This record gives sequence, C-alpha cells and structure tokens, in this order.
Amino acid sequence: MTELPRSYADRDAVARSFDLFGFLSRYGTVIALVLLVAFNLAFTRNFATMQTLNVNLTQVCTIVIVAVGMTLVIATGGIDLSVGSLMAISGALAPMIFMGKILPIGSIYLSVAAAMIVSVSVAGLLGLFNGWLVARFRIQPIVATLVLFIAGRGIAQVMTNGNLQTFRVPEFQWIGLARPLDIPAQVIIMAVIVAAAAWALKKTLFGRCILAVGGNERASELAGIAVSKIKLAVYGISGLCAGLAGLIVIAINSSSDANLVGLGMELDAIAAVAVGGTLLSGGKATIVGSLLGALTIQLVRFTLLANGVPDAAALVVKAGIIALAVWLQQQHRG
Amino acid sequence: MTRPPDGPSPLLLDMRDIQKRFAGIPALVDASLSVRSGEVHALIGQNGAGKSTLIKVLTGYHRKDAGQVLFEGKPFEVHSPHQAQVNGISTIYQEINLVPLRSVTENICLGREKRRYGLLDWNAMHAEAERLLSRFSIGIDVRRPLGELNTATQQMVAIARAIGFSARLVIMDEPTSSLDEREVGVLFSVIRQLKAEGVSVIFVSHKLDELYEVCDQVTIMRDGRTVRSAAMEEIGKLELVAAMLGRDVAAVEGHATAFGERDRSRIGDMMFSARRLRAGQAVRDVSFDLRRGEIAGFAGLLGAGRTETARLVFGADRANAGEMTMEGAAYNPERPADAIVAGMGFCTEDRKSEGIVPEMTVAENLTLALLPKISRNGVLDESRQREVVERFIRELGIKCSGPNQKVRELSGGNQQKVLLARWLAMNPKLLILDEPTRGIDVGAKGEIQRLIRGLADQGLGVLMISSELEEVIEGADRIFVLRDGVSVTELEAEAANEEKVLTAMAHGISASSEAAT
Repeated sequence: MTELPRSYADRDAVARSFDLFGFLSRYGTVIALVLLVAFNLAFTRNFATMQTLNVNLTQVCTIVIVAVGMTLVIATGGIDLSVGSLMAISGALAPMIFMGKILPIGSIYLSVAAAMIVSVSVAGLLGLFNGWLVARFRIQPIVATLVLFIAGRGIAQVMTNGNLQTFRVPEFQWIGLARPLDIPAQVIIMAVIVAAAAWALKKTLFGRCILAVGGNERASELAGIAVSKIKLAVYGISGLCAGLAGLIVIAINSSSDANLVGLGMELDAIAAVAVGGTLLSGGKATIVGSLLGALTIQLVRFTLLANGVPDAAALVVKAGIIALAVWLQQQHRG
Repeated sequence: MTRPPDGPSPLLLDMRDIQKRFAGIPALVDASLSVRSGEVHALIGQNGAGKSTLIKVLTGYHRKDAGQVLFEGKPFEVHSPHQAQVNGISTIYQEINLVPLRSVTENICLGREKRRYGLLDWNAMHAEAERLLSRFSIGIDVRRPLGELNTATQQMVAIARAIGFSARLVIMDEPTSSLDEREVGVLFSVIRQLKAEGVSVIFVSHKLDELYEVCDQVTIMRDGRTVRSAAMEEIGKLELVAAMLGRDVAAVEGHATAFGERDRSRIGDMMFSARRLRAGQAVRDVSFDLRRGEIAGFAGLLGAGRTETARLVFGADRANAGEMTMEGAAYNPERPADAIVAGMGFCTEDRKSEGIVPEMTVAENLTLALLPKISRNGVLDESRQREVVERFIRELGIKCSGPNQKVRELSGGNQQKVLLARWLAMNPKLLILDEPTRGIDVGAKGEIQRLIRGLADQGLGVLMISSELEEVIEGADRIFVLRDGVSVTELEAEAANEEKVLTAMAHGISASSEAAT
C-alpha cells in the first residue's frame, strides 16, 4: 500500500502542480542574476572588465556581511533593525581609538588592533543586548531592535559630538583599500564570512538549532534546545557583522560620519535576505541566497546607473524586485 | 431533483467517480459519496484513504481531475471554500480556523457582516451571534475574544458560524478530537437538531462509538476508493474496521486496543514520584508515582490537569508547590533540558504546534533532541545521524520516501512515530506520552500501542495520558484519575473498569479502597 498525500501533503502537491512558482522561488534569484549579466554584456559599455567587477563587489561587500548576520536572525523568526546604527557606533569608536583620542597607545599597530577589536566587540555586545530583550523579555524582535535603531545612531553622534572624523591611517584602512592578489581585501573578508556562515548553518549543531527554533520554537524548547541562548547568539553575531561592516565603510571613505555610516543598511540587508529566498517567518534560510540577493540588487542598481537612469528611479526598481521575491515565496508556500 | 425510488428523502449531494492526482500520484481513484437531506453521514477511512482530499474537492480547495458532483440535483463546481460556503456547504475543520483575537461575534459574522448606513451594525451582529449560539445552550459573552474560550466552546462558535451561512450541508472533520465527553454530548444534540431541520452533516471521525451514536449512513474509503457505503445499523463495528483496513474480520477480532496481554513481572522498583504538585489553577493537588517497566495512565476529562501535570514533570512549566523525585533524588526541572538530562522524553498532545518542525526533514526532526549526542565539537556527525535515522525508520516502520522527506508531508501516524523515535533515540528511562494515538488511523494506532507495551517490557517507565478510556484501561498498569486539577483516585489495572474510571472522572469520589498510598 502506498501512503497517499493528505492534508499538508495536499497543499504541497498543489504547489507542485503550479511548479512554475516553486521553480522561480528556488532559482529565481539565480535566473535574475544571469539575465542581468546577459543584459549588461549586451547593452552596457565596458561591462566585462575587472574594474566593473571590483566596483560592484566592493560596493556590495558591506551589505553582504550585514546580510549574513541578518539571515541567521531571520532564520530564528526574528529581525534586526539596529544593524545600521551599530555600524555607525563601531565606525565612530574605531577612529577615536586608533587616533589616540581615548587613550594614547604608542604603537600604531597596537592601537589599530585595539580599535578593531574593541569597536567590533562593542557592536557584538549591543547585538547581545538586542538578543537579551528578545529572549528574556519576549519583546517582538522588530520592537526590541528598534530601540538601538533609534538610540544607536544618537549614541554614535554623542560620542563624536556630531563631528566628522577624517584620517589617513593605512595600517587600519587596508580592510577597505588593500588589494592582495588584486582582490579587494573586503571581498576576501566577505567570502570568508559567507563561507563560514553557510557551513555553520548546514553542518553544525548551532545551525541546526537556529533553523529548529525558527521552524517551531515550542517544539525546539521541548526537545531540550536552549532557545534563549540561540537567540542571544544570532543577535550577537548580527551585531559583530554590523560592527565589521562599519569599519570597512569608514576605511573606504577615510572618514567617519556618524550621521551617514550604515544609513538604511538594515533595509538593504533585509531586502538581500528576502530576495535570496530565506523565509521571513523563519525556519528556512540560505546564506548563499542572501549573497545572490545582495548581488542582484546591486547589479540592478549598477545597470540602471550605467545606462543613465537616476538613482532615485533605481530605488523604485529595487522595491519592485523585493515585492516580486516575497510574492513568489508566498505562492510557493500556498 | 434526483429522487431515487428507494430513498425516503431526496439526494442532497451526489459525488461520482471522482478522480484526483497530485503530481502524478493518485489520491482519489474512484471515490463516490451520496448524502441525503437531513442525513448524518459518516465518512471514514485510514489516514491517507482520501477522505480529506474528497472533502477538499467538494469544497473547492482542490479541483477534481474527473468525475461528477451534483448538489441539490444540479452540477456543483466551486473554486474556493468560501464559494462553497456561500452555496450552502460549510466545513468545520479539526484545527479551528477562526481569528482568536477577535470577538465571538466578529468570528461568527466574518465575511457576512451586517451593515447599516455603510457602517457595521454591531447591535444586530451581536444579536445574531447570540441567537445562533443559543441553540447550543451555552451562555457566553459574544463580545469576548474567541481565544479566551476553551477549545470546545470555540468549536461551537465555528459550528454556529457554519449554520449562520444557512448551510444545507455541514462537513465536520474530526470535530470531537478536542472535546470531552460532556461536550461531545452537546455537539451530538446540535447535530441531531441540524438533522431535524433538514440539514445534512458529513461526519469524519476515527472514533467508532461516536459514529454509531449519531450517524445514519456510512461511507468507507480505502486507498482513494469508496469501498463500501451502508446504513449504520446494517454494518457491525468489526466489519467497519475490517473494511477500512481491507482485512478479514477474523484478523481484527479481540481487544479494542492492541496493547496485548499484561505481564506484571516486568514491573520493577520505584523510579519517579510526584507529591502534591500545584501550579496555577490547572494543577491543584496531584500525586502519583511510576515504577520501572510500568505504564501509568492518566485519565480525566478535558481540563482535568493531565497535560499541565505532564508539563510540570517535564520542566516545560514550573510548579508552585510540591515535590518530585527521580530515581531517589530530588528532581526540580527548570526547563525541558533538565528533564532530558534526567532521562525523560515527552511526546506532546499537540503534534503540529509543539512536536514537529514542519519545514524540516524526517531526519532533522527525528534527531532534534539527540543533536548534542551526534555532534563532535559542535559539528554534526552526518554518518551517525544517518545511522540513527535509518535504524528508527526501519524499526518503527515509518512510512516516508526517505530521511530527507519533509515531515509535514507525512501522515499523522507517521509523524507521531517520528516524534516517538526522537525520544527513543535518546534511550530514555521515562517517557511521557500525551494522547499518543490521537488523530491517527486504526492501523498506526495499533502499531503505536504495541510499541508502547514493548517499551515498558524493556524497562521503560511510561506515563500515558489518553482521553480514550479503553486505551487507559487496557494499556496502563495503574490508572490515576484526575479531576479539576486533583488526582482523586488510583486504580490497579486489574481492578479498573470503565464504570469505576468514569465515576471517578465525573464525581471525584475515590470509590475504591485502592486509593493513593
């Protein structure tokens, strides 16, 4: 006797019979990316150059790094709105340390190391604070992270008195400007983070627990998974990613403006995650998808700009793509 | 109107030769269903027999591949459950699909709100809701949010809503699975009233006794086919089960459950005890104990505090007072992880919201509790996972396309086996099973009951909660009856019978001398 599809299975079977949606929601991002590249090869002048590749990768790096942390948070069924503000805090703190404003350190290497470690750690701790609000007090993630979304940028401005910090410190700026083997340093950092996170999500206990918590929190709790710790961890990691991205942004700019660093980043990251195919309700996530999602959004923007469409119009197109991606997800879910 | 020569009342619904395939796999091969006006019609079959699919074809959730549907003599073709509802066919699902945060009135009037000068006419809607609910002789404040009511009352609201759509056919998909006996009685009187008003009811249930109590006609499905349709009084219980399973009558004769003979010699020394547990309103004074190799059964009505007690034992909730010991040592779990470390497992009553992780695979669900043991330095050992998963799929006979099939695609019985395997893989000493066979077809139910007895024979202590009396009486070695959060009676299995257990459940009198030690 064969088991026949029933109830939930039926629903899935329905999705299968409209297989187009299933196919698009799984491979849509890849297809979009391929189409975009094809379009550019045909219509955009000087597209197939290393320079174009580098420009796009450099611009997309920080979004991808933040999106990795965001993917893990969303996989647990949460969301992190504070990432842009955490970037601003980390970006404001680092120059203050390596320029010796807080306490003078003799060696520039030591002070740069201290700057990087301290500022990324602070962002990580603030991420843990988000996680603490979510896990301990069961505050809805969107509200819990709104706290630092609002307060975080204010903190960064107070720290710097609202002043622009400019600097020229190659010992620090390598993370945004160096090009070992002709590859931008931040692209290497991004690749390492993406690879590590993708591996962790698939192959480790931690990754499995993240997906279980997002897929069914009560069942996970009853199966002995330390749900609170998992939540603390993902928000902490999201904070670390944001802190690192903040450093890369100021290194590229040779300056740090608390008003601008990471502005709007939370939305770019969420968009990348959504377009990449991660379920916004949690339980199903793909790090590589988020990478592809970020690349797609970036390439759309580049395509429009390179073909003379103003940036404002590009925003509208970006919104359209996000809506389409989420809609496809919904269709697939039935 | 089709008026068959032999029938007393006209055919209301006539579904013939319905066929439906999902991605090439046949779900309905040759299904038929005929319901007369004012008839209560039982639709039964094992999980996967095609009952749900047939109903979903009727209500427009799925589109049929072939066949004919006549409703009131006219071809009937709808494209959504809502359209079916407007056309006189309402469905009440097993899981209540209403809006918990909104008021009873809003739920009853959802989709057909009364308006006055373009605004919602609340007075008229409250009055309408009260009128519809008055039939059920339950007085509730229709302004209260639905979610504050208990499951049974919510179900009554769902039925009132269906009737409010002036339904001529009401489909009830396992309506009694979350009701206690008194509430089932109320539901049945409502069904009889519907019948008297000429409304037909299709009644899907796994509980055979109920069918005989309330149904006139029965249609039995197996493997996507209608195998038999008969008047209820013409077909015996045994014959019914045999037709569902496609087996000989002789093969299903004997006990009502599949636990098999009890062997007292396997019961060992005391393992767990709870004294005077208290937590909130639900658990007020519960004491019980459990020996190695023993099955302790919790009997009681819905809301007697059985599940709540189990949650205290497993650390899912915290007790306000009382003492627990496990293997001689004080035991105070703060979270489920503590209970797991102490050697316990817990299969919850609510498979869907507390058991399975639907988006995950069979393998991932099965190893959820085992994860720390199959990983080294935080990295999963995939070959060990595969080993464990394949062993349990084989040993428990879990029907799935493989370890990587999504667990939500499995039938209820197989999902339950996956959850059992989740705990068995941990090698537990004490297993708490809350309604282990609820919503599961007869075949899988028997397998699970045999499995439980087998586990006890191997020395596992089992705490089994069940709302099915025969399951507790035939399965358990000792029965604890809970009533209103108090453990009122303890019965040795040999001394227990339905009457004693029911008396204790209903009146809370410890009728016997075997009262708690």
